[in-house]
Amino acid sequence: MANKADYKITESAAELEEHLRDMLFIRHFEEKCNRVYREGKAGGYMHVYIGMEALAVGWMKAIRKGYDYVITAYRDHAHALLLGTPPVAVLGEVMGRSCGTAGGKGGSMHIYDPKNGFYGGWGIVGGHVPLGAGLAFAARYRGEDRVCLNFMGDGASNQGVVFETLNMASLWDIPCVFIIENNEFAMGTRLEYHASDKELWKRGLPFDIRSERIDGMDVIQMKRQATEIVEWCRKEQRPAWIEVMTYRYSGHGAADNDRQLYRTKEEEDLAWTRDPIARLKKQMMELGYLTEEKYDAMDEELIEEVEKIYIEADASPHPEPDEVYDNIYSDMKPEMGH
Amino acid sequence: MGIETTYRDALNQSIEEEMLKNPEVFIMGEDIGRYQGTFKVTRGFVEKFGSRQDQYNYRILDTPITECGFTGIGIGAAMAGLRPIVEFMTMSFSILALDQIINHAAKVHYMTNGEVKCPIVFRGPGGAAKQLSAQHSHSMDGWYAHVPGLKVVAPATTLDAYGMMKSAIADDNPVIFYENPGLYTLKGVIPEDQNFTVPIGKSQILKEGKDISLIGYSRMTQVNLAAAELLAKDGIDAEVVDVRTLLPLDTETIYNSVRKTHRAVVTYEDWRSGGFGAEIAARIQEDCFNDLDAPIGRVGGLNVPMPYARNLELLCIPSEEDVVKAVHKIG
Repeated sequence: MANKADYKITESAAELEEHLRDMLFIRHFEEKCNRVYREGKAGGYMHVYIGMEALAVGWMKAIRKGYDYVITAYRDHAHALLLGTPPVAVLGEVMGRSCGTAGGKGGSMHIYDPKNGFYGGWGIVGGHVPLGAGLAFAARYRGEDRVCLNFMGDGASNQGVVFETLNMASLWDIPCVFIIENNEFAMGTRLEYHASDKELWKRGLPFDIRSERIDGMDVIQMKRQATEIVEWCRKEQRPAWIEVMTYRYSGHGAADNDRQLYRTKEEEDLAWTRDPIARLKKQMMELGYLTEEKYDAMDEELIEEVEKIYIEADASPHPEPDEVYDNIYSDMKPEMGH
Repeated sequence: MGIETTYRDALNQSIEEEMLKNPEVFIMGEDIGRYQGTFKVTRGFVEKFGSRQDQYNYRILDTPITECGFTGIGIGAAMAGLRPIVEFMTMSFSILALDQIINHAAKVHYMTNGEVKCPIVFRGPGGAAKQLSAQHSHSMDGWYAHVPGLKVVAPATTLDAYGMMKSAIADDNPVIFYENPGLYTLKGVIPEDQNFTVPIGKSQILKEGKDISLIGYSRMTQVNLAAAELLAKDGIDAEVVDVRTLLPLDTETIYNSVRKTHRAVVTYEDWRSGGFGAEIAARIQEDCFNDLDAPIGRVGGLNVPMPYARNLELLCIPSEEDVVKAVHKIG
């Protein structure tokens, strides 16, 4: 790993506080999503980001928001929130309400906000990876200097279309950063059971792509390294393949309610010692940037904020029945009726 | 007035004109550049537009043989607002890209509630060519016409190939453009007016008649025209309805014809069982039952993987004789 355990923190107190606030907000938002699901106010498949917050926070602070492209799979709430999508629209979509980003037609797995550069929100593992390369290709085609952050899970990195895409991304000099959110599990299948070589970062090497493995549990390092990689990609007009080591404390999806089927409590407890939020909190307190009281106040404030978001989203109606035919096409409706 | 040309060259000219008009239109696919495309639809494009190998020019993009991947990159580019044309060497190879076409291109507009458009054309030869056997002879038209979010066109004439390609490129939705390889050498006349288009979603009557409606699309429309000539010798005046667009289906033109002739035979090259002709027949039955004087006839390809031997292959592909037989069968 490129990270060093000891480094000098040069970031300002205000910047670190923003990192902390963003991560805490995501955690509370996701915990609320879990509760909403358990209460029956959300359905289908829902995947939360608890434990992985530093990863998305670091990368989203490394790009030009609303200019660069971002695309990911179905664990997508955090990316949208960090890009500036109104949280009510995200939670509303999770709850299938008309205030949602897609008016309730997409759901948790399909959050989109193209105005803020967010292109989803996709449900077929690995299927969106060529789309992200296509977005970056469009930038290259037009001579713009946008890049695309193309997130996927460790499970997706086995899909054939991902290798196809890497080949073309290198061949055609596509400015796309492929980011593997390696949380060690493809659903319930542990990394060593699904990958012939656990070092997924090596998979970019045969395509002559800059390939690295970095730590995703340290938000300060995450942001620094993401910034360097994004700017390299923008300048060199080349792809990068970055394996980011992380861990999800929650289940794969909201319906995954027996994590002991595939991992032990001891393993989870050990992983909690790497909690990115606790880590930053400790670092900030050591620097005198934060006190327990201040942290608690922030925590309380964010819990209340999420509650307000929920109340507003819950007040939004479900979509009207006649909307079912809307927006299948840009200019027509399909054959109607059963 | 007009320009005499072939179906193949009409496509070539139509694409070229649109690429010259709009720098955001580009074409990608296997061997479409220097090799000029397996069926030569992209002949001369490298000379006109340059190729990736010469410079950073992506307008004529030769791809690796990775259909799923390059189709996905095309879709992503369309989501960013470019207007890609993706050529499949044959529609049979688009099977490798079904996930991208069905799960991604056909869904993005709905899943974003209209926020992201996907203006892309997927085109290529579909159906039997000549002794390409089981893996290269699929008619994929009916498969795609099953999918909400896609439009599917299958022009039968040179003029329509020219005019519908322009409409497909201008369309803000994913369009499957189905070209039967048996039509590439078909002669026809196209107008000199480069702004000429043929709309998507409109069927046409290619030959008027009063006794029976022969309803088909793509190459089968030409087969139906030949069958109509044979039927004329038997004193049967057949009307030939060229469906042109499978999705959206212009049922009005079809129904009006059936209401006039009171008899219908639906023809398609795809496997008979579960093919798109069955959908057309079902709709006629639902909405024109009382206008019918006979059961609806159906002519499709034999339900077998396409064999190599020419005599067996010809047995599988519906011919004008098969259409005539079906007409006589329904009485």
